[in-house]
Amino acid sequence: MERILEILEHDATMTPQQIAVMLDKDEAEVAAQIKAYEDNKTILGKRAVINWDKTQRQQVSALIELKVTPQRGEGFDAVAERIYQYEQVSSLYLMSGGFDIMVVVEGKTMQEVALFVAEKLAPMNNVISTATHFVLKKYKVDGVVMDPDTEDKREVMSL
Amino acid sequence: MNYDSLLSSKAKQIPPSGIRKFFDIISEMEDAISLGVGEPDFVTPWHIREEGIYSLEKGYTYYTSNAGLLALRQEIAKYLDRHYALTYNPKDQILVTVGGSEAIDLCFRALLNPGDEVIIPEPSFVCYKPCTELADGVPVVVETKAENQFRLTADELRAAITPKTKILVLPYPNNPTGAIMEQSDLEAIAEVLRGTDITVLSDEIYAVLTYGQPHVSIANIPGMYERTVLVNGFSKSHAMTGWRMGFVTGPAEVIGLMTKLHQYAIMSAPTTSQYAAIEALRSGDSDIVRMREEYNLRRRVIVDGFRKMGLSCFEPLGAFYIFPCIRSTGMDSATFSEQLLYSEKVAVVPGTAFGQSGEGFIRCSYAASMDNITEALSRIARFVENNKR
Repeated sequence: MERILEILEHDATMTPQQIAVMLDKDEAEVAAQIKAYEDNKTILGKRAVINWDKTQRQQVSALIELKVTPQRGEGFDAVAERIYQYEQVSSLYLMSGGFDIMVVVEGKTMQEVALFVAEKLAPMNNVISTATHFVLKKYKVDGVVMDPDTEDKREVMSL
Repeated sequence: MNYDSLLSSKAKQIPPSGIRKFFDIISEMEDAISLGVGEPDFVTPWHIREEGIYSLEKGYTYYTSNAGLLALRQEIAKYLDRHYALTYNPKDQILVTVGGSEAIDLCFRALLNPGDEVIIPEPSFVCYKPCTELADGVPVVVETKAENQFRLTADELRAAITPKTKILVLPYPNNPTGAIMEQSDLEAIAEVLRGTDITVLSDEIYAVLTYGQPHVSIANIPGMYERTVLVNGFSKSHAMTGWRMGFVTGPAEVIGLMTKLHQYAIMSAPTTSQYAAIEALRSGDSDIVRMREEYNLRRRVIVDGFRKMGLSCFEPLGAFYIFPCIRSTGMDSATFSEQLLYSEKVAVVPGTAFGQSGEGFIRCSYAASMDNITEALSRIARFVENNKR
Protein backbone atom coordinates (compact mmCIF):
# COMPACT_ATOMS: atom_id res chain seq x y z
CA MET A 1 0.00 0.00 0.00
CA GLU A 2 3.02 2.31 0.04
CA ARG A 3 2.33 2.86 -3.64
CA ILE A 4 -0.59 5.05 -2.52
CA LEU A 5 1.85 7.23 -0.59
CA GLU A 6 4.22 7.41 -3.56
CA ILE A 7 1.40 8.51 -5.85
CA LEU A 8 0.16 11.14 -3.38
CA GLU A 9 3.67 12.38 -2.73
CA HIS A 10 4.02 12.93 -6.46
CA ASP A 11 0.55 14.46 -6.94
CA ALA A 12 -1.60 15.12 -3.87
CA THR A 13 -4.61 16.03 -6.04
CA MET A 14 -5.15 12.38 -7.04
CA THR A 15 -8.51 11.13 -5.83
CA PRO A 16 -9.11 7.69 -4.28
CA GLN A 17 -11.03 6.80 -7.45
CA GLN A 18 -8.06 7.69 -9.69
CA ILE A 19 -5.58 5.92 -7.43
CA ALA A 20 -7.79 2.84 -7.33
CA VAL A 21 -7.73 2.64 -11.15
CA MET A 22 -3.97 3.18 -11.26
CA LEU A 23 -3.30 0.42 -8.74
CA ASP A 24 -6.12 -1.91 -9.78
CA LYS A 25 -7.64 -1.72 -6.29
CA ASP A 26 -11.07 -1.14 -4.86
CA GLU A 27 -11.87 2.58 -4.43
CA ALA A 28 -13.29 2.14 -0.91
CA GLU A 29 -10.19 0.20 0.11
CA VAL A 30 -7.93 3.01 -1.14
CA ALA A 31 -10.03 5.69 0.58
CA ALA A 32 -9.88 3.76 3.84
CA GLN A 33 -6.13 3.35 3.59
CA ILE A 34 -5.63 7.08 2.96
CA LYS A 35 -7.83 7.85 5.99
CA ALA A 36 -5.72 5.46 8.08
CA TYR A 37 -2.54 7.18 6.92
CA GLU A 38 -4.02 10.53 7.86
CA ASP A 39 -5.16 9.27 11.25
CA ASN A 40 -1.77 7.85 12.19
CA LYS A 41 -0.02 11.00 10.88
CA THR A 42 1.79 9.25 8.06
CA ILE A 43 0.11 11.76 5.75
CA LEU A 44 0.60 15.11 7.47
CA GLY A 45 -0.74 17.43 4.80
CA LYS A 46 -1.28 17.99 1.08
CA ARG A 47 0.55 21.00 -0.31
CA ALA A 48 1.54 22.48 -3.64
CA VAL A 49 5.21 23.02 -4.47
CA ILE A 50 5.45 26.72 -5.39
CA ASN A 51 8.29 28.60 -7.01
CA TRP A 52 7.84 31.97 -5.30
CA ASP A 53 10.51 33.47 -7.53
CA LYS A 54 7.85 33.50 -10.27
CA THR A 55 5.63 35.78 -8.16
CA GLN A 56 5.86 39.31 -6.81
CA ARG A 57 6.22 38.04 -3.28
CA GLN A 58 9.52 38.73 -1.58
CA GLN A 59 10.92 35.67 0.12
CA VAL A 60 14.33 34.85 1.51
CA SER A 61 15.48 31.49 2.82
CA ALA A 62 18.47 30.73 4.96
CA LEU A 63 20.08 27.62 6.37
CA ILE A 64 21.29 28.18 9.93
CA GLU A 65 23.83 25.83 11.45
CA LEU A 66 23.53 25.64 15.22
CA LYS A 67 25.95 24.17 17.72
CA VAL A 68 23.96 23.21 20.78
CA THR A 69 24.69 21.75 24.20
CA PRO A 70 22.42 18.75 24.68
CA GLN A 71 20.40 18.66 27.91
CA ARG A 72 20.56 15.87 30.42
CA GLY A 73 17.71 13.43 29.90
CA GLU A 74 16.40 15.22 26.82
CA GLY A 75 19.30 15.34 24.41
CA PHE A 76 18.57 17.83 21.64
CA ASP A 77 14.79 17.38 21.64
CA ALA A 78 13.91 20.12 24.10
CA VAL A 79 15.90 22.81 22.32
CA ALA A 80 14.67 21.59 18.92
CA GLU A 81 11.09 21.85 20.15
CA ARG A 82 11.65 25.42 21.31
CA ILE A 83 13.06 26.34 17.91
CA TYR A 84 10.45 24.76 15.65
CA GLN A 85 7.65 26.63 17.43
CA TYR A 86 8.69 29.80 15.60
CA GLU A 87 6.63 30.31 12.45
CA GLN A 88 9.76 31.60 10.67
CA VAL A 89 11.25 28.10 10.90
CA SER A 90 10.16 26.01 7.92
CA SER A 91 12.33 22.95 8.56
CA LEU A 92 14.56 21.69 11.32
CA TYR A 93 16.92 18.73 11.34
CA LEU A 94 19.25 17.10 13.87
CA MET A 95 22.52 16.55 12.02
CA SER A 96 25.68 14.51 12.22
CA GLY A 97 29.01 16.20 11.53
CA GLY A 98 30.41 19.60 12.42
CA PHE A 99 27.27 21.09 13.91
CA ASP A 100 24.16 19.78 15.64
CA ILE A 101 20.99 21.36 14.28
CA MET A 102 20.11 22.70 10.85
CA VAL A 103 17.32 25.29 10.85
CA VAL A 104 15.70 26.47 7.63
CA VAL A 105 14.32 29.95 8.13
CA GLU A 106 12.03 31.89 5.79
CA GLY A 107 11.57 35.68 5.82
CA LYS A 108 10.70 38.59 3.60
CA THR A 109 14.19 40.13 3.62
CA MET A 110 17.72 39.13 4.56
CA GLN A 111 17.59 41.65 7.38
CA GLU A 112 14.46 40.05 8.78
CA VAL A 113 16.10 36.63 8.77
CA ALA A 114 19.33 38.01 10.25
CA LEU A 115 17.40 39.69 13.07
CA PHE A 116 15.55 36.48 13.80
CA VAL A 117 18.86 34.67 14.17
CA ALA A 118 20.40 37.42 16.28
CA GLU A 119 17.41 38.01 18.54
CA LYS A 120 15.82 34.58 18.85
CA LEU A 121 18.18 31.75 17.99
CA ALA A 122 21.61 33.00 19.08
CA PRO A 123 20.62 34.07 22.62
CA MET A 124 18.76 30.85 23.31
CA ASN A 125 20.02 28.77 26.23
CA ASN A 126 22.16 25.84 25.10
CA VAL A 127 22.88 27.40 21.68
CA ILE A 128 26.65 27.77 21.51
CA SER A 129 27.04 29.25 18.04
CA THR A 130 25.24 29.97 14.78
CA ALA A 131 26.32 30.18 11.14
CA THR A 132 23.87 31.62 8.61
CA HIS A 133 23.86 30.71 4.91
CA PHE A 134 21.40 32.54 2.67
CA VAL A 135 19.86 30.68 -0.25
CA LEU A 136 20.62 32.56 -3.47
CA LYS A 137 18.60 30.39 -5.85
CA LYS A 138 16.50 27.26 -5.49
CA TYR A 139 17.08 24.75 -8.26
CA LYS A 140 15.30 21.71 -6.84
CA VAL A 141 13.07 21.43 -3.77
CA ASP A 142 11.75 18.16 -2.37
CA GLY A 143 12.45 16.37 -5.65
CA VAL A 144 10.82 19.06 -7.79
CA VAL A 145 12.93 21.03 -10.28
CA MET A 146 12.02 24.72 -9.91
CA ASP A 147 12.30 25.67 -13.58
CA PRO A 148 11.75 22.43 -15.45
CA ASP A 149 12.13 21.98 -19.18
CA THR A 150 8.80 20.36 -20.05
CA GLU A 151 9.00 20.61 -23.81
CA ASP A 152 8.35 17.30 -25.55
CA LYS A 153 11.47 16.91 -27.68
CA ARG A 154 10.36 13.75 -29.45
CA GLU A 155 10.27 14.22 -33.21
CA VAL A 156 8.18 12.63 -35.93
CA MET A 157 9.23 9.02 -36.32
CA SER A 158 7.64 6.11 -38.14
CA LEU A 159 7.50 3.46 -35.47
CA MET B 1 17.66 14.03 -65.02
CA ASN B 2 14.98 11.37 -65.01
CA TYR B 3 15.37 10.34 -61.41
CA ASP B 4 12.53 7.87 -61.66
CA SER B 5 14.61 5.72 -63.97
CA LEU B 6 17.65 6.11 -61.73
CA LEU B 7 16.03 4.93 -58.53
CA SER B 8 15.91 1.29 -57.52
CA SER B 9 12.58 -0.23 -58.48
CA LYS B 10 12.79 -2.53 -55.45
CA ALA B 11 13.18 0.45 -53.13
CA LYS B 12 10.48 2.44 -54.91
CA GLN B 13 7.84 -0.25 -54.59
CA ILE B 14 8.09 -0.28 -50.80
CA PRO B 15 5.18 1.78 -49.45
CA PRO B 16 5.88 4.65 -47.05
CA SER B 17 5.01 4.18 -43.38
CA GLY B 18 1.40 5.03 -42.60
CA ILE B 19 2.30 6.62 -39.28
CA ARG B 20 4.01 9.81 -40.35
CA LYS B 21 1.05 11.49 -42.02
CA PHE B 22 -0.80 12.27 -38.80
CA PHE B 23 2.24 13.60 -37.01
CA ASP B 24 3.05 16.03 -39.76
CA ILE B 25 -0.43 17.49 -39.20
CA ILE B 26 -0.25 17.48 -35.40
CA SER B 27 3.09 19.28 -35.37
CA GLU B 28 1.30 22.37 -36.69
CA MET B 29 -1.73 22.11 -34.41
CA GLU B 30 -2.04 24.08 -31.16
CA ASP B 31 -3.23 22.31 -28.00
CA ALA B 32 -2.98 18.94 -29.72
CA ILE B 33 -2.19 15.85 -27.67
CA SER B 34 -0.34 12.97 -29.22
CA LEU B 35 -0.90 9.41 -28.11
CA GLY B 36 0.84 8.35 -31.27
CA VAL B 37 4.48 8.55 -30.33
CA GLY B 38 6.17 5.16 -30.17
CA GLU B 39 9.03 6.03 -27.86
CA PRO B 40 9.40 6.60 -24.12
CA ASP B 41 8.57 10.07 -22.83
CA PHE B 42 11.23 9.66 -20.14
CA VAL B 43 14.58 11.25 -20.75
CA THR B 44 17.54 8.88 -20.40
CA PRO B 45 18.44 8.60 -16.68
CA TRP B 46 21.11 11.14 -15.75
CA HIS B 47 23.74 8.65 -14.56
CA ILE B 48 23.66 7.06 -18.03
CA ARG B 49 23.84 10.39 -19.85
CA GLU B 50 26.70 11.44 -17.60
CA GLU B 51 28.68 8.33 -18.49
CA GLY B 52 28.33 9.26 -22.16
CA ILE B 53 29.62 12.74 -21.36
CA TYR B 54 32.57 11.32 -19.37
CA SER B 55 33.53 9.12 -22.30
CA LEU B 56 33.76 12.20 -24.51
CA GLU B 57 35.80 14.06 -21.88
CA LYS B 58 38.22 11.17 -21.74
CA GLY B 59 38.62 11.26 -25.50
CA TYR B 60 36.89 7.97 -26.31
CA THR B 61 35.96 9.20 -29.75
CA TYR B 62 37.33 6.35 -31.86
CA TYR B 63 35.60 3.41 -33.49
CA THR B 64 35.17 0.42 -31.26
CA SER B 65 35.72 -3.13 -32.48
CA ASN B 66 33.12 -4.06 -35.08
CA ALA B 67 31.15 -6.22 -32.69
CA GLY B 68 31.16 -3.51 -30.02
CA LEU B 69 33.19 -2.95 -26.85
CA LEU B 70 33.99 -6.26 -25.22
CA ALA B 71 33.09 -4.75 -21.84
CA LEU B 72 29.63 -3.91 -23.20
CA ARG B 73 29.14 -7.37 -24.67
CA GLN B 74 30.13 -8.87 -21.33
CA GLU B 75 27.54 -6.69 -19.59
CA ILE B 76 24.93 -7.71 -22.16
CA ALA B 77 25.71 -11.37 -21.43
CA LYS B 78 25.26 -10.76 -17.69
CA TYR B 79 22.04 -8.81 -18.30
CA LEU B 80 20.47 -11.59 -20.39
CA ASP B 81 21.52 -14.16 -17.80
CA ARG B 82 20.22 -12.01 -14.92
CA HIS B 83 16.84 -11.21 -16.49
CA TYR B 84 16.07 -14.19 -18.74
CA ALA B 85 18.45 -16.98 -17.69
CA LEU B 86 20.00 -16.97 -21.17
CA THR B 87 23.69 -17.68 -21.71
CA TYR B 88 25.62 -16.14 -24.59
CA ASN B 89 29.36 -15.95 -25.16
CA PRO B 90 30.37 -12.26 -25.39
CA LYS B 91 33.19 -13.15 -27.77
CA ASP B 92 31.19 -14.61 -30.65
CA GLN B 93 27.48 -14.68 -29.86
CA ILE B 94 26.75 -10.98 -29.26
CA LEU B 95 26.82 -8.07 -31.71
CA VAL B 96 26.18 -4.47 -30.68
CA THR B 97 24.05 -2.74 -33.33
CA VAL B 98 22.65 0.66 -34.20
CA GLY B 99 19.33 0.11 -32.47
CA GLY B 100 17.29 -3.06 -32.68
CA SER B 101 16.27 -2.06 -36.20
CA GLU B 102 19.74 -2.64 -37.62
CA ALA B 103 19.80 -6.05 -36.01
CA ILE B 104 16.50 -6.97 -37.69
CA ASP B 105 17.77 -5.81 -41.08
CA LEU B 106 21.07 -7.68 -40.63
CA CYS B 107 19.29 -10.87 -39.66
CA PHE B 108 17.22 -10.90 -42.85
CA ARG B 109 20.23 -10.10 -45.01
CA ALA B 110 22.36 -12.75 -43.35
CA LEU B 111 19.80 -15.54 -43.59
CA LEU B 112 17.65 -15.00 -46.67
CA ASN B 113 18.22 -16.28 -50.17
CA PRO B 114 15.96 -15.03 -52.98
CA GLY B 115 12.48 -16.51 -52.61
CA ASP B 116 12.86 -17.55 -48.98
CA GLU B 117 9.71 -16.92 -47.01
CA VAL B 118 9.46 -14.99 -43.76
CA ILE B 119 6.40 -15.47 -41.58
CA ILE B 120 5.37 -12.15 -40.06
CA PRO B 121 2.53 -11.97 -37.52
CA GLU B 122 0.55 -8.76 -37.93
CA PRO B 123 -0.36 -6.23 -36.62
CA SER B 124 3.30 -5.56 -35.90
CA PHE B 125 6.16 -3.09 -36.18
CA VAL B 126 6.40 -1.60 -39.63
CA CYS B 127 9.89 -2.70 -40.67
CA TYR B 128 9.65 -6.47 -41.00
CA LYS B 129 7.98 -6.55 -44.41
CA PRO B 130 10.15 -3.94 -46.17
CA CYS B 131 13.36 -5.33 -44.69
CA THR B 132 12.35 -8.83 -45.85
CA GLU B 133 11.71 -7.56 -49.37
CA LEU B 134 14.96 -5.60 -49.48
CA ALA B 135 16.75 -8.86 -48.63
CA ASP B 136 14.94 -10.61 -51.53
CA GLY B 137 12.72 -12.55 -49.15
CA VAL B 138 8.99 -13.05 -49.42
CA PRO B 139 6.85 -11.84 -46.52
CA VAL B 140 4.09 -14.23 -45.47
CA VAL B 141 1.70 -12.37 -43.22
CA VAL B 142 -0.19 -14.17 -40.48
CA GLU B 143 -3.09 -12.09 -39.20
CA THR B 144 -3.33 -12.50 -35.44
CA LYS B 145 -6.75 -12.01 -33.91
CA ALA B 146 -8.26 -9.96 -31.13
CA GLU B 147 -10.08 -13.03 -29.76
CA ASN B 148 -6.64 -14.63 -29.26
CA GLN B 149 -5.36 -11.43 -27.65
CA PHE B 150 -3.26 -10.94 -30.80
CA ARG B 151 -1.01 -13.87 -29.86
CA LEU B 152 0.36 -16.12 -32.58
CA THR B 153 -1.24 -19.55 -32.31
CA ALA B 154 0.33 -22.86 -33.26
CA ASP B 155 -2.44 -23.50 -35.80
CA GLU B 156 -1.90 -20.14 -37.49
CA LEU B 157 1.82 -20.81 -37.67
CA ARG B 158 1.38 -24.35 -38.98
CA ALA B 159 -0.92 -23.11 -41.75
CA ALA B 160 1.63 -20.52 -42.88
CA ILE B 161 4.65 -22.83 -43.10
CA THR B 162 5.75 -23.99 -46.56
CA PRO B 163 8.94 -25.70 -47.75
CA LYS B 164 10.28 -22.19 -48.46
CA THR B 165 9.80 -20.87 -44.94
CA LYS B 166 13.13 -19.64 -43.58
CA ILE B 167 12.34 -17.28 -40.72
CA LEU B 168 9.56 -16.76 -38.22
CA VAL B 169 9.44 -13.23 -36.84
CA LEU B 170 8.22 -13.27 -33.24
CA PRO B 171 7.50 -9.65 -32.26
CA TYR B 172 6.48 -9.92 -28.59
CA PRO B 173 5.81 -7.95 -26.43
CA ASN B 174 4.07 -6.46 -29.40
CA ASN B 175 3.96 -3.04 -30.96
CA PRO B 176 1.15 -1.99 -31.64
CA THR B 177 -1.18 -4.34 -29.74
CA GLY B 178 0.57 -4.67 -26.38
CA ALA B 179 0.16 -8.45 -26.67
CA ILE B 180 2.60 -10.84 -25.04
CA MET B 181 3.34 -14.52 -25.50
CA GLU B 182 3.28 -16.56 -22.32
CA GLN B 183 5.37 -19.66 -21.70
CA SER B 184 2.57 -22.01 -22.78
CA ASP B 185 2.03 -20.03 -26.01
CA LEU B 186 5.74 -20.26 -26.80
CA GLU B 187 5.84 -23.97 -26.04
CA ALA B 188 3.06 -24.53 -28.56
CA ILE B 189 4.98 -22.51 -31.18
CA ALA B 190 8.17 -24.45 -30.38
CA GLU B 191 6.33 -27.73 -30.87
CA VAL B 192 5.51 -26.66 -34.45
CA LEU B 193 9.07 -25.51 -35.13
CA ARG B 194 10.89 -28.58 -33.85
CA GLY B 195 11.97 -30.77 -36.71
CA THR B 196 12.01 -27.84 -39.16
CA ASP B 197 14.93 -25.65 -40.25
CA ILE B 198 13.06 -22.46 -39.45
CA THR B 199 14.97 -19.75 -37.59
CA VAL B 200 13.15 -17.52 -35.12
CA LEU B 201 13.86 -13.80 -35.23
CA SER B 202 12.64 -12.87 -31.77
CA ASP B 203 12.25 -9.11 -31.47
CA GLU B 204 12.27 -8.59 -27.71
CA ILE B 205 12.89 -4.85 -27.63
CA TYR B 206 10.00 -4.39 -25.16
CA ALA B 207 10.98 -7.40 -23.02
CA VAL B 208 11.31 -5.48 -19.76
CA LEU B 209 7.90 -3.87 -20.23
CA THR B 210 5.52 -6.62 -19.21
CA TYR B 211 2.92 -6.18 -16.51
CA GLY B 212 2.02 -8.85 -14.02
CA GLN B 213 4.40 -11.50 -15.27
CA PRO B 214 8.01 -11.53 -16.45
CA HIS B 215 8.79 -11.85 -20.13
CA VAL B 216 9.74 -15.29 -21.39
CA SER B 217 12.09 -15.57 -24.36
CA ILE B 218 11.48 -18.32 -26.88
CA ALA B 219 15.23 -18.98 -26.68
CA ASN B 220 14.47 -20.44 -23.27
CA ILE B 221 12.12 -23.09 -24.62
CA PRO B 222 13.88 -26.45 -25.15
CA GLY B 223 15.19 -26.87 -28.67
CA MET B 224 14.78 -23.19 -29.56
CA TYR B 225 18.05 -21.61 -28.34
CA GLU B 226 20.06 -22.91 -31.28
CA ARG B 227 17.55 -21.58 -33.82
CA THR B 228 16.78 -18.21 -32.23
CA VAL B 229 18.23 -14.85 -33.19
CA LEU B 230 17.31 -12.57 -30.31
CA VAL B 231 17.04 -8.82 -30.88
CA ASN B 232 16.98 -6.42 -27.95
CA GLY B 233 18.30 -2.99 -27.10
CA PHE B 234 18.28 0.02 -24.83
CA SER B 235 15.70 2.24 -26.50
CA LYS B 236 12.67 1.07 -24.57
CA SER B 237 14.26 -0.48 -21.48
CA HIS B 238 16.43 2.51 -20.57
CA ALA B 239 14.69 5.29 -22.53
CA MET B 240 17.68 5.57 -24.88
CA THR B 241 16.04 5.83 -28.29
CA GLY B 242 18.28 8.63 -29.55
CA TRP B 243 21.47 6.81 -28.59
CA ARG B 244 20.71 4.13 -31.19
CA MET B 245 21.88 1.20 -29.12
CA GLY B 246 20.71 -2.32 -29.84
CA PHE B 247 22.15 -5.78 -29.73
CA VAL B 248 21.58 -9.17 -31.22
CA THR B 249 22.49 -12.58 -29.87
CA GLY B 250 22.31 -16.05 -31.32
CA PRO B 251 24.32 -18.93 -32.73
CA ALA B 252 27.95 -17.93 -33.35
CA GLU B 253 27.71 -18.82 -37.04
CA VAL B 254 24.78 -16.44 -37.59
CA ILE B 255 26.18 -13.63 -35.44
CA GLY B 256 29.52 -14.00 -37.27
CA LEU B 257 27.90 -13.42 -40.65
CA MET B 258 25.80 -10.55 -39.30
CA THR B 259 28.98 -8.98 -37.91
CA LYS B 260 30.58 -9.18 -41.34
CA LEU B 261 27.64 -7.30 -42.92
CA HIS B 262 27.63 -4.84 -40.01
CA GLN B 263 31.33 -4.06 -40.46
CA TYR B 264 30.85 -3.12 -44.12
CA ALA B 265 27.68 -1.05 -43.61
CA ILE B 266 28.16 0.50 -40.17
CA MET B 267 31.73 -0.20 -38.96
CA SER B 268 30.72 -0.04 -35.32
CA ALA B 269 27.86 1.30 -33.23
CA PRO B 270 28.37 4.83 -31.78
CA THR B 271 31.20 4.78 -29.25
CA THR B 272 29.70 7.35 -26.85
CA SER B 273 26.47 5.37 -26.77
CA GLN B 274 28.33 2.16 -26.01
CA TYR B 275 29.96 3.66 -22.92
CA ALA B 276 26.59 4.99 -21.78
CA ALA B 277 25.07 1.55 -22.39
CA ILE B 278 27.66 -0.11 -20.13
CA GLU B 279 26.51 2.17 -17.31
CA ALA B 280 22.86 1.41 -18.13
CA LEU B 281 23.48 -2.31 -17.70
CA ARG B 282 25.68 -2.01 -14.63
CA SER B 283 23.50 0.40 -12.66
CA GLY B 284 20.22 0.81 -14.53
CA ASP B 285 18.01 -2.05 -13.33
CA SER B 286 16.25 0.26 -10.85
CA ASP B 287 15.50 2.68 -13.72
CA ILE B 288 13.74 -0.14 -15.54
CA VAL B 289 11.59 -0.88 -12.50
CA ARG B 290 10.75 2.80 -11.96
CA MET B 291 9.69 3.38 -15.56
CA ARG B 292 7.77 0.09 -15.76
CA GLU B 293 5.80 0.99 -12.63
CA GLU B 294 4.95 4.39 -14.05
CA TYR B 295 3.86 2.86 -17.38
CA ASN B 296 1.74 0.38 -15.47
CA LEU B 297 -0.16 3.14 -13.65
CA ARG B 298 -0.86 4.85 -16.96
CA ARG B 299 -1.80 1.53 -18.60
CA ARG B 300 -4.51 0.90 -16.05
CA VAL B 301 -5.88 4.44 -16.41
CA ILE B 302 -6.03 4.23 -20.20
CA VAL B 303 -7.58 0.75 -20.27
CA ASP B 304 -10.19 1.90 -17.77
CA GLY B 305 -10.85 5.03 -19.85
CA PHE B 306 -11.47 3.17 -23.11
CA ARG B 307 -13.67 0.56 -21.47
CA LYS B 308 -15.79 3.28 -19.88
CA MET B 309 -16.30 4.71 -23.36
CA GLY B 310 -17.81 1.39 -24.36
CA LEU B 311 -14.99 0.47 -26.74
CA SER B 312 -13.90 -3.13 -26.49
CA CYS B 313 -10.30 -3.46 -25.58
CA PHE B 314 -8.32 -6.48 -24.47
CA GLU B 315 -5.90 -5.82 -21.65
CA PRO B 316 -2.43 -5.16 -23.04
CA LEU B 317 0.18 -6.90 -20.90
CA GLY B 318 3.30 -5.59 -22.60
CA ALA B 319 5.03 -2.62 -24.27
CA PHE B 320 3.36 0.80 -23.85
CA TYR B 321 0.48 0.58 -26.29
CA ILE B 322 -3.21 -0.07 -26.11
CA PHE B 323 -5.14 -1.28 -29.17
CA PRO B 324 -8.85 -0.57 -28.69
CA CYS B 325 -11.47 -1.66 -31.22
CA ILE B 326 -13.37 1.25 -32.78
CA ARG B 327 -15.72 -0.77 -35.03
CA SER B 328 -18.71 0.16 -32.88
CA THR B 329 -18.41 3.73 -34.19
CA GLY B 330 -18.99 2.53 -37.75
CA MET B 331 -15.80 4.23 -38.90
CA ASP B 332 -12.72 2.59 -40.32
CA SER B 333 -9.40 3.10 -38.54
CA ALA B 334 -8.11 5.83 -40.82
CA THR B 335 -11.37 7.82 -40.76
CA PHE B 336 -11.62 7.55 -36.97
CA SER B 337 -8.03 8.70 -36.51
CA GLU B 338 -8.36 11.56 -38.96
CA GLN B 339 -11.68 12.87 -37.63
CA LEU B 340 -10.48 12.54 -34.03
CA LEU B 341 -7.44 14.59 -34.90
CA TYR B 342 -9.39 17.36 -36.62
CA SER B 343 -12.32 17.53 -34.21
CA GLU B 344 -10.62 16.89 -30.85
CA LYS B 345 -6.94 17.42 -31.61
CA VAL B 346 -5.86 14.02 -30.37
CA ALA B 347 -3.44 11.99 -32.46
CA VAL B 348 -3.62 8.22 -32.49
CA VAL B 349 -2.40 5.80 -35.15
CA PRO B 350 -4.81 3.78 -37.29
CA GLY B 351 -4.34 0.05 -36.77
CA THR B 352 -3.91 -0.42 -40.51
CA ALA B 353 -0.50 1.27 -40.30
CA PHE B 354 0.64 -2.05 -38.81
CA GLY B 355 -0.98 -4.34 -41.36
CA GLN B 356 -4.45 -4.89 -42.78
CA SER B 357 -5.44 -6.97 -39.76
CA GLY B 358 -5.25 -3.74 -37.77
CA GLU B 359 -8.43 -2.50 -39.48
CA GLY B 360 -11.04 -1.63 -36.89
CA PHE B 361 -8.43 -0.73 -34.27
CA ILE B 362 -6.33 2.25 -33.26
CA ARG B 363 -2.98 2.33 -31.50
CA CYS B 364 -2.63 4.65 -28.53
CA SER B 365 0.68 5.01 -26.79
CA TYR B 366 0.71 5.63 -23.08
CA ALA B 367 4.25 6.92 -23.22
CA ALA B 368 2.72 10.27 -22.37
CA SER B 369 2.21 12.22 -19.16
CA MET B 370 -0.72 11.27 -16.94
CA ASP B 371 -2.20 14.73 -17.47
CA ASN B 372 -2.08 14.30 -21.25
CA ILE B 373 -3.52 10.80 -21.05
CA THR B 374 -6.40 11.98 -18.86
CA GLU B 375 -7.17 14.94 -21.11
CA ALA B 376 -6.89 12.81 -24.27
CA LEU B 377 -9.27 10.21 -22.82
CA SER B 378 -11.78 12.92 -22.05
CA ARG B 379 -11.59 14.24 -25.63
CA ILE B 380 -11.80 10.76 -27.18
CA ALA B 381 -14.83 9.97 -24.98
CA ARG B 382 -16.57 13.12 -26.26
CA PHE B 383 -15.69 12.17 -29.84
CA VAL B 384 -17.02 8.63 -29.42
CA GLU B 385 -20.20 9.93 -27.76
CA ASN B 386 -20.79 12.42 -30.57
CA ASN B 387 -20.29 9.73 -33.20
CA LYS B 388 -22.42 6.99 -31.69
CA ARG B 389 -24.37 5.09 -34.27
